[in-house]
Amino acid sequence: MNDGYAVRAEGLEKRYGEKRALDGFDLAVREGTVHGLLGPNGAGKTTAVRILSTLIRLDGGRATVAGLDVTRRAREVRARIGLTGQYAAVDEVLTGRQNLEMFGRLFHLGGERAKARAVELLERFDLADAADKGVGGYSGGMRRRLDLAASMILAPAVLFLDEPTTGLDPRSRGEVWDSVRALVADGTTVLLTTQYLEEADKLASRITVIDQGRAIADDSPDGLKNLVGGDRIEVVVAERSDIPRAVKVVARVAEGEPESDDTELRVHAPVTDRVAALTEVARTLQDEGVRVEDLGLRRPSLDDVFLRLTGHRTEKEAAA
Amino acid sequence: MSAAQLTAPAEHGRTYWMLADCWNIVRRGLTHYRRQPVNIAWQLGFPILSVLLYGYVFGSAMTVPGGGDYKDFLMPGMFVMTMAFGFINTATVVVYDSTKGVIDRFRSMPMASSAVVAGRGVTDLVVACAELAIMMLTALAMGWRPDGGWGFLAAFGLLLWLRFALIWIGVWLGLLVPNPEAAGGLFAVAFPLTMISSIFVAPQLMPDWLGWVAAWNPISSTAAAARDLFGTPVGGGDSWVEQHALLMAGVWPLVLTAVFLPLAVRRFQKLSR
Ligand SMILES: Nc1ncnc2c1ncn2[C@@H]1O[C@H](COP(=O)(O)OP(=O)(O)OP(=O)(O)O)[C@@H](O)[C@H]1O
Ligand SMILES: [Mg+2]
Repeated sequence: MNDGYAVRAEGLEKRYGEKRALDGFDLAVREGTVHGLLGPNGAGKTTAVRILSTLIRLDGGRATVAGLDVTRRAREVRARIGLTGQYAAVDEVLTGRQNLEMFGRLFHLGGERAKARAVELLERFDLADAADKGVGGYSGGMRRRLDLAASMILAPAVLFLDEPTTGLDPRSRGEVWDSVRALVADGTTVLLTTQYLEEADKLASRITVIDQGRAIADDSPDGLKNLVGGDRIEVVVAERSDIPRAVKVVARVAEGEPESDDTELRVHAPVTDRVAALTEVARTLQDEGVRVEDLGLRRPSLDDVFLRLTGHRTEKEAAA
Repeated sequence: MSAAQLTAPAEHGRTYWMLADCWNIVRRGLTHYRRQPVNIAWQLGFPILSVLLYGYVFGSAMTVPGGGDYKDFLMPGMFVMTMAFGFINTATVVVYDSTKGVIDRFRSMPMASSAVVAGRGVTDLVVACAELAIMMLTALAMGWRPDGGWGFLAAFGLLLWLRFALIWIGVWLGLLVPNPEAAGGLFAVAFPLTMISSIFVAPQLMPDWLGWVAAWNPISSTAAAARDLFGTPVGGGDSWVEQHALLMAGVWPLVLTAVFLPLAVRRFQKLSR
């Protein structure tokens, strides 16, 4: 019925007054994968997640989650999804255990199973030691993990994670990533929104780039990088006077015209056969007696992709 | 547990789950109080302090028109005031849950979403019973002597009836104000509104126009009706609304509920816009 797709959205529209938060947004998430939804502030990521998790109504288009229409079969959808919103939505007064037991009972597991499930999840998310402490005293990372645990009580078919690591330190971020990987290994499909390009690259097997309410690209991380032009070979020479010679050498293996940077003493060009190009350039430069400071292959980052696709930088870079 | 074990059982009907969900929300609310006894102390501290202050400090200076003991006038008023301020607690919890995403989490779950609000209401009523019990014990200790029996129970019921009506104002406001800090400001609005009533002072002792407003204040009717039912009908006025306090103590909360329950429900449904 859902032909291998856990989430499908076609032409989603959502308006807030004049503002089009979603403007013909398309998405297809394969079962059992982590799908990244990448976009700058205000791109429409949260809006998309809120529609797919039945929290808000769509103004146009259609969407199915686990094969069920989100508008007409909202209640059934809710029994099959987990949601971790942009802010950790756990009860601050209750303890971690009380939180999970309460949500378990509200997921209709019944008292006994809710208890057992809480124990299991506390263990799995490394919260067993803090289980009986009030959540108010938890660190940001612990709170996030509890939030994740709460959204996994039913072992959902589809899990929505809206910027799950925003505001976490690198260590907590790593912990969250591990939990997500473990879940996917158990068969859950994850839709993850993020502004961290690195995060999408690390976790997702496919990425949809969203900007101004519209999907502007949909590919694997590698495919997206290739969009910007694949790998480049890069030579840094010791003397400025060697740049012309280096350009000539690089040109012999390059796919296109080499570019050079006179201040950084850098020469670079796109290549396809990575290893052959690298060996060839290394040998020729040595034969010609060019003194080399550095030599290597560089994959374009998703930041490059972003700039190329949207024509503007991500917020984080602009701030830097 | 395996995924199969974690699928929700379907052997119960909708009504069963609606009630079960509601009970679980109530349980959550009561656990909050158990985990934060300080909050109860705060919530009760104010009315108890007021009872002591007004009773002992002003008690001797205050007169009740038509004669009678000021204590008999004041105590039922204090009970009403506590019920009236209760809507601030309701609003505070609701605004906290909605801004922290807890209500969104509930709404993304297969539970009955009406239970979120209904559970809140039941919790507030349970807490109101506890508040009234403690205040009445304090009042008894200070020498307040009401009649027992059915009148007493009826007064208790009318106080809860008022609190019930105010739940909906609380839920509505809780979904309306933007953040928990703003909810704190509600106190500044509630305080004068409760003062301009027959809680502390009989309306006849106020300037004409103010007395008129105070007499028509919904909480004045509950206070006057409670004084009657406790067997200490002191300080009643001659105006129509004061002569029909018992009737109006039933009608006012009904009107408030009729207005604010739909508003609260509309506001709740608006969350999914
Ligand atoms: N309730 C609302 N009322 C009015 N405008 C809204 C509302 N929710 C979202 N918007 C607008 O819709 C656009 C998309 O918002 P959304 O929250 O989906 O972006 P986002 O990609 O999640 O951004 P961020 O990275 O900041 O979380 C924004 O311009 C936002 O201002
Ligand atoms: Mg967002």
